[in-house]
Amino acid sequence: MEGDLAHIGAGLAAIGSGAAAIGVGHVAGNFLAGALRNPTAAASQTATLFIGIAFAEALGIFSFLVALLLMFAV
Amino acid sequence: MAESKASTAQKSGNGGKLFLGGAIGLAVLSALFLNTGTTAIHPMDQFTVKPLFGGDHVGMLTITNVTFWLAMSVLAITLLLVVGTRGRAIIPSRAQSIAELAYGFVYKMVEEVAGKDAVAFFPYIMTLFMFVASANMLGLLPFSFTTTSHIAVTAVLALAVFLTVTFVGFWKNGTKFLGLFWVSSAPLPLRPVLAIIELISYFVRPVSHSIRLGGNMMAGHAVIKVFAGFAGLMAVAPFSILAITAMYGLELLVAFVQAYVFTILTCVYLKDALHPSH
Repeated sequence: MEGDLAHIGAGLAAIGSGAAAIGVGHVAGNFLAGALRNPTAAASQTATLFIGIAFAEALGIFSFLVALLLMFAV
Repeated sequence: MAESKASTAQKSGNGGKLFLGGAIGLAVLSALFLNTGTTAIHPMDQFTVKPLFGGDHVGMLTITNVTFWLAMSVLAITLLLVVGTRGRAIIPSRAQSIAELAYGFVYKMVEEVAGKDAVAFFPYIMTLFMFVASANMLGLLPFSFTTTSHIAVTAVLALAVFLTVTFVGFWKNGTKFLGLFWVSSAPLPLRPVLAIIELISYFVRPVSHSIRLGGNMMAGHAVIKVFAGFAGLMAVAPFSILAITAMYGLELLVAFVQAYVFTILTCVYLKDALHPSH
């Protein structure tokens, strides 16, 4: 029974991955919106884009971590 | 004009036929594999660590598929960077131009993101990038093993980065490095709160750094295997093989982007260590 609850919890934690996907999409979409307004400045900002994506993704990774812990450690 | 158009159409038609033939062949092959196997493909089975030369015991010095593919990625880098650039030709060969491209790419990244004085750490960052990129790419070979999908592997890389960055921070700036946690631009009452948040986010870095890489690689390969499991059903086989092909292309992109992200985050952390002023 405990294992079942842990699996449900892992599934709930996976919602966080979807939330992170929204965040990453936000970063990339806003970058594109800015890049199309000023294409000459876009190339110099790709590093910033990836850093922003990485930081947005980090919080999704924590939910993934929680899911992993629930699946294998609890 | 019309002739050339017709010939390209012919060509693409040939390509399409070839692709379809390959897909059907793959479907038949996978169906055969599934029929001979007693169990269906389990998406997580590909990540089991097993000894290469018999036995089930995995000890400290056992040569497993992980260590084998780690060695393979070292070999691949050596082949590319040492043997590939041996000619030192003015007009580079293919291997040499790839090596030069990688070198220039990482050098520019270090210089732009971490600053001019971080160039001293270029060899380390280049090593990281080449290792992660080649391990990710080798993991995409059929029947190979993705070493970077294991958090044990990525955690070592991330911990090494974390320790290096912390050490460099204290070495270059002394106790001023702690200014990283003391946000001097914020109002005074807020600073202790921010210091706690900054401290937590600093110590969480190796966790997110390693799991980002490991999780991305693991998830992508698991998805490919899930579709491979569907390929055994003849009715959905063409769709699942198309999906595998598409996922494979995506995974190729992800393999590179994750190596890039891993390296660029190392550069960001290094910049924090060299210039901790907030």
